[in-house]
Amino acid sequence: MTNINYFQLLQLALPEVIVVATALIVMAIDLMVLRKRTIRVRFAAASSLACIGCASAILRIVLAPGQANILDGTLIANPLTHLVQIALLALTICTLLISVDSTFTEHVGEFVLLIMVATAGMMFLVGSQDLLVIFISLELLSLSLYILAAFNKRSAQSWEAALKYFLFGGMSAAFLLFGFSLLYGLSNSTSLPRIAAGIHGPALDPLLVIAIVTTAIGLGFKVAATPFHFWAPDVYQEAPAPSAAFIASGSKVASFFIFFQVAALGFAGAEGTATLPHLVRGWVPVLAFMAAFSMLLGNLVAIRQSSLRRLLAYSAIAHAGYMLLAIVAHTPQSLAALLYYVVTYALATLGAFAVITVVEEQRGSDEFSKFDGLSRQAPVLSFCFAIFILSLAGIPPLAGFFGKFYLFVAVLASTSRYADLIWLVVLAIAMSAVSLYYYLRVLKRVYVTPLAPGASEIKSPVLSQILALALAAAVILLGCAPQLLLRWILAAIGVSGL
Amino acid sequence: MLAWTIYISFLGAAAMLVLPRGSAASARILALLTASAGFAIALVAFGHHRPGETLTIISAPWIPSLGIQYHLAADGISLTLILLTGIIAVTGILFSWNIEERTKEFFALYLLLIGAVYGVFLSYDLFLLFVFYEIVIIPKYFLIAIWGSTRREYGAMKLAIYSFVGSAMVLVGIIAAYVVAGSRTTTLDELARFPFSQHFQMLAFPLVFVGFAILAGLWPFHTWAPTGHVAAPTAASMLLAGVVMKLGAYGCLRIAMVLFPLGMGPWGHHVLGFGSWRDVFTLLAVIGIVYGAMVALVQKDFKFVIGYSSVSHMGFILLGLMTLNQIGIAGAVMQMFSHGILAGLLFAVVGRMVYARTHTRDFAALGPMNLNKALPFAAVIFVLAGMAGMGLPGFSGFVAELMILIGVWHAYPLLAAWVGIGIVVGVVYIWRAMQKAFFAEAGTESRSPHELLPPITLPERIGAIILLSVSVLVGVYPQVLLNIVIPALNSPLFEGLRKGSWQ
Repeated sequence: MTNINYFQLLQLALPEVIVVATALIVMAIDLMVLRKRTIRVRFAAASSLACIGCASAILRIVLAPGQANILDGTLIANPLTHLVQIALLALTICTLLISVDSTFTEHVGEFVLLIMVATAGMMFLVGSQDLLVIFISLELLSLSLYILAAFNKRSAQSWEAALKYFLFGGMSAAFLLFGFSLLYGLSNSTSLPRIAAGIHGPALDPLLVIAIVTTAIGLGFKVAATPFHFWAPDVYQEAPAPSAAFIASGSKVASFFIFFQVAALGFAGAEGTATLPHLVRGWVPVLAFMAAFSMLLGNLVAIRQSSLRRLLAYSAIAHAGYMLLAIVAHTPQSLAALLYYVVTYALATLGAFAVITVVEEQRGSDEFSKFDGLSRQAPVLSFCFAIFILSLAGIPPLAGFFGKFYLFVAVLASTSRYADLIWLVVLAIAMSAVSLYYYLRVLKRVYVTPLAPGASEIKSPVLSQILALALAAAVILLGCAPQLLLRWILAAIGVSGL
Repeated sequence: MLAWTIYISFLGAAAMLVLPRGSAASARILALLTASAGFAIALVAFGHHRPGETLTIISAPWIPSLGIQYHLAADGISLTLILLTGIIAVTGILFSWNIEERTKEFFALYLLLIGAVYGVFLSYDLFLLFVFYEIVIIPKYFLIAIWGSTRREYGAMKLAIYSFVGSAMVLVGIIAAYVVAGSRTTTLDELARFPFSQHFQMLAFPLVFVGFAILAGLWPFHTWAPTGHVAAPTAASMLLAGVVMKLGAYGCLRIAMVLFPLGMGPWGHHVLGFGSWRDVFTLLAVIGIVYGAMVALVQKDFKFVIGYSSVSHMGFILLGLMTLNQIGIAGAVMQMFSHGILAGLLFAVVGRMVYARTHTRDFAALGPMNLNKALPFAAVIFVLAGMAGMGLPGFSGFVAELMILIGVWHAYPLLAAWVGIGIVVGVVYIWRAMQKAFFAEAGTESRSPHELLPPITLPERIGAIILLSVSVLVGVYPQVLLNIVIPALNSPLFEGLRKGSWQ
């Protein structure tokens, strides 16, 4: 048994410690000092405190980027995990800013606390290659998200969605744990690289096949891939807007990253191939079909939606399909493509939610008809909204386009023969052509449809405008100069390996 | 300097957004100035161009880790089309002087579209070209959906979906070519030098060619064109028929044929009488010519006539490309220019001069209005433009179609007869439209609603005269373009095409 240096452990986990400590401070201040103030003041105070906490965690990571691998991958710090953690913290800051104008709850301190705890969970999640820590952090994240989804006590639908989320999530966690236990049984280790060494063999063990499938179910649920997506539309629609934005952005980034790690590191040697029609058993064909079904279902069902949040939910399922392709490819390049894609996707989704929040607060719902003629009333927000939606649709020169391009290049380049995975790329590109239809329908409401007579004025809050503009600027900038982000990702992957 | 055609258009579009609310006049003038500046730059570059030279404007690393370059360059073919874009941009603004609703947004989208079109013609990097190519789709959609007429939301969405499906096919081909060539570069000439296997080219060529040809109105993927043209406001139909369809034809030539020349070679066996993709596309182009003309012949809506005539004329371009000989391809480039000018003019007459005044495009309703008396200028312009479109000597259309016909005669003598039929029908439908819209005899004596029609304005006159004189200039002295187009076809870029399947 190796000696554990607890001081080093603490030092390494300092960013997470900062986040958790901030969460407790926010809660304490909110409950003790600000209890009698208006919700607006409380939200502003709590959010800004929490933002400061996140920012100092980022600072800590940037200023003291240690490299370590403690206890065989239990806690890992390298440039790659740092990069992902910084992205997660930045997304959390944006989520907190979206929530500033919220009025859906009086439990401000608890709300912010849960967001921060979930963030800490995500940070531990990406900084580990050990099944136990992965599972515990995943549960920390999930449990926080269940409560966040149910946070609007006044809305029965919010409860319903959260309950659905919780029941599905509990099931999938059970599957995941079952898979993990089989993996441990097969390899006598909980560390991903050792598992890969342990399961290596000429033929696939039937137990391993079960482990692969159950693990894929558990993680597929987290990323809302078909057929484990049923929670997504309800949660996206009924959860309070900041919670939904958080589930759609930060949690996606962390889940995809860990999905990639588990598949590429933990199941190395059991890949199989997804070349049609000569499939070879392994985890690659499982994920390839999951990706294909997600792209098909997400895009086709999105066409029929009439509420914006539901549409974003189905488009999220479709995007999960695209991103799964990067895991199917499992090369360093595809990891870079995945990170670029998921981060820019999260930015655009957050931005879209920021605009939806404003419209919802003032017009009462997120039905398409509430967006009629928005560009005449809120030109700045509409412009930003168009940028986010077009980026999701993959129109250049926005970040979503380069993400798709790079992802597809990485997938094709991952095998020696370009034709191996081309069916997936062709499907993905065809489906993204379909997606333009429903994205344009939304923009048609905003820009083309005339303002309904007697429509109420929409006031664009300054903070929302600034946030939306900043996110839109980031989406445009990362699209026009992808090198800005790509350089860091590639360098980090180069140093840290997969 | 030529790169400023792109930047100045985008800057103009951005400047529109910061103009004060409700100042339509300043928006118009700003748009006109921006477009004129772009045109002036194009004209200067055209004057300085040395035949056969490929002028590199800028070449800088853009995304170094993928070998993507920000590479703009111009040869004779792109310059011809840049010039066309400049002319159409300026006249399009002259013909949208009457836009009163959301003027700023209209011209912002308009300039965005123009800038992206310049970008496509100047790009020498596959990735960059694709970026500009896709930017075009969005402003096009909004121009039609917001300011359009008949079934505008349907027409706009159809157009956007067709374009996007086309560009999705192109994207698959581009990514595959990039990966197969070793993921090192997306520069056009380096990729063109890469020896793709014949098998790969046979698959990639039809994919990329059809992807681009959808936007060029290749039969049977043309159905977006008539509905889109009809739904679009005048300036947008001018841009759509004048330059956007040319983007597709340009992509066919510049990307599909240059990168995958072996894809046009014989398959080695015959399927339904076709021996190669070239045979297939040639036949589709000829069907497009004849079909477009025939359908134009029976339309009741004035604008649909012009819409289908575009399909017919674009068929000539694709046919010229598929002849694979110098005169045919040069003729195709000439036709791109000529059709851009003439389609712009015809749409201007129908959409702006007639429809904006009479609010109908139905021949049955237009006939009794006695338009040749009410709008003599429009009638004269339409007659002249119609003559040019029929391909009468002295106008640009004649030179272009003649060159294409000669090319076809060399390559597919039997098909030349069918093309002849298409040309004859072309005369008939123009004649019929002219007769029904301007010179119908019915109802002349009783009512005279034409007296209420506002007269043709100065911007319209200037625009029409510019377009008409360009067509006459090129018709009388085609060397002005041929001098730079033909040397460009002999440049190293087209070497694979010349060696591969050139005849």
